[in-house]
Amino acid sequence: MNKRKRLSPKSSKPKRSMLKTKYKTGERMLMKGNEALAEGAVRAGCRFFAGYPITPQNEIPEYLSWRLFEVGGTFIQAESEISAINMLFGASAVGARVMTSSSGCGISLKQEGISYMTAAELPCFYASVVRGGPGLGNISPAQSDYFQSTRGGAQGDYRVICLAPNSVQEMGNFPKLAYDLADKYRNPAMVLADGLLGQMMEPMGFTFDFIDVDKLPPKDYILTGCKNRKRRIINTLRMDSDRLEKFNWKLYEKYKRIKENEVRYEERYTDDADIIIVAYGTAARVSIDTLVRGREEGIKIGLIRPITLWPFPRKIINELASRVENFLVVEMSIGQLIEDVQLAVEGKAKIHFHGRPGGNVPTGEEVLKAVKQALK
Amino acid sequence: MQKIFKKPQSMTKIPMRYCPGCGHAIVHRLIAEVIDEFDIKERTIGIAPVGCAVFLDEYLNCDMIQVAHGRCPAAATGMKRVRPDVIVFSYQGDGDLAAIGTAETIHAATRGENFTVIFINNAIYGMTGGQQAPTTMPKQKTTTSVYGRDPKIHGYPIKVCEMLSALDGPVYLERVALNKAANVLRAKRALKKAFRIQLDGLGFSLVEILSPCPTGWGLTPRKACEYVDEKMISYYPLGVYKDLTQKKPT
Ligand SMILES: Cc1ncc(C[n+]2csc(CCOP(=O)(O)OP(=O)(O)O)c2C)c(N)n1
Ligand code: SF4
Repeated sequence: MNKRKRLSPKSSKPKRSMLKTKYKTGERMLMKGNEALAEGAVRAGCRFFAGYPITPQNEIPEYLSWRLFEVGGTFIQAESEISAINMLFGASAVGARVMTSSSGCGISLKQEGISYMTAAELPCFYASVVRGGPGLGNISPAQSDYFQSTRGGAQGDYRVICLAPNSVQEMGNFPKLAYDLADKYRNPAMVLADGLLGQMMEPMGFTFDFIDVDKLPPKDYILTGCKNRKRRIINTLRMDSDRLEKFNWKLYEKYKRIKENEVRYEERYTDDADIIIVAYGTAARVSIDTLVRGREEGIKIGLIRPITLWPFPRKIINELASRVENFLVVEMSIGQLIEDVQLAVEGKAKIHFHGRPGGNVPTGEEVLKAVKQALK
Repeated sequence: MQKIFKKPQSMTKIPMRYCPGCGHAIVHRLIAEVIDEFDIKERTIGIAPVGCAVFLDEYLNCDMIQVAHGRCPAAATGMKRVRPDVIVFSYQGDGDLAAIGTAETIHAATRGENFTVIFINNAIYGMTGGQQAPTTMPKQKTTTSVYGRDPKIHGYPIKVCEMLSALDGPVYLERVALNKAANVLRAKRALKKAFRIQLDGLGFSLVEILSPCPTGWGLTPRKACEYVDEKMISYYPLGVYKDLTQKKPT
């Protein structure tokens, strides 16, 4: 057979000259949350993205569709979210830093693939830019996918590291953190944002340098063809129940290490607080406004903002519950985060709730009212 | 004494656990022979499906991965785009490829991804115990169509090569069968051509193999081969459905 023109799409190899840094580290600019996340991922070494359009995260694939080609990576608009996550499965298995993004319904479809990646111990990074649910819901910002993100909806004893930004700055920074954690623990890691964080523009600047993917530590488990080494197998079927039990305990140990080492949270004015608001993401942004307003009026409000939703900052909340009588959980849902707060508080304090589901964002004033109500 | 027939190097020593007369074992060997003949064991990644061939990774002596039911073409796409120089093949049954994974199959084909699909059409779900497959033929009995497939109730089967040949993306589509020695040799030629196409970077190739499942069909191995001959080949005609290597590229 004659050699002839390639008929298939050709994957471009990264050329040095193509590795455009684009933005200088520390350079301040106005950026949209979704685009900051996308550029942050590219800077952090993302070279493979597959996804399927869904509002309110479309700016992510739109941005990456041209940006990844500039750095010699691959962008694929897949036929479904199921296909997209399985493309990541393959791309991660051969060693790339991979990414997908979606919202509610799409993340639901990716769950099976995410479970497979935990079972294969393959790293991956994905972002969920939450919209209102259940069902088709709406396209407004919500936090009703907290359970979906921190519990997962797919099969098996697995966990996903979950980071919750509350600013465009963090949207830009967290992909790197997610990739580093995913690689370190060989487990998927995600960013949980919402429609507001995805769509809003804010000044930000990348705080880390553009990463040279060739200089990342080599992975000794990826498939490359078995030249000069023993063959490798990636398989999630463990038919023998003793073998599967052993693997599950291995995951247990890994998740224990993550819980011990990777908890992140922001703490404000907890020292003298009479009430502590627990909120993440957009609800935390709003609650900071409440905190300022309340303190002006002499109400001693403190704030715990979980940054890692899993592993959850359980210890600090538990400690605070020994000396603070009231907690107020603020979230844009009918109450999901509150269950983790209840587990952390262990009945030592009163837990109040202010929720705004359905795509509505609470105001600082509204939350202040809830604070006053709680302190009555 | 000269050895004239031996195990291909690309096979492991692990004994296969397939039923007697099962087509999977034959195809595994053919793949190993092709890998040996091209001397590409060290740059090949095979993808095992969910189905009876989920154990493929034990039998082939190269880098292997097993993926979720139906999603081999998506995973293959990811691997091939990141590492265009590795040789990737996916190995899939009819439930995997033409039911749960139909979308992945069609879209990988239409994108013209440069990997090879080996499609085992045994007209039944072997692993789960003989349920109706998307390729189960009219009148064929299965455990979920006990009186035989009735198109009025169960709909018609999918003819994969015919369907994919309507797309612009695939480069090579051929249907072969395993019912007799001459056809097994033809099957090997088809596999070799499919791998050649990938090695040359030309694009998507798929070989559909009509394959006996004596257990699922409730037949002896010999009767199962006759069933392929008498029933399957007439419904699923053998031959090349698309071959762009014969034409000038446009
Ligand atoms: C999502 C999902 N659904 C169902 C199954 C159960 N399942 C395992 S194998 C199989 C059918 C396999 O049939 P086929 O692809 O024709 O391969 P064969 O066993 O006949 O070789 C099914 C439905 C599964 N593993 N995953
Ligand atoms: S059930 Fe059918 S396909 Fe599966 S091993 Fe047995 S003969 Fe082969």
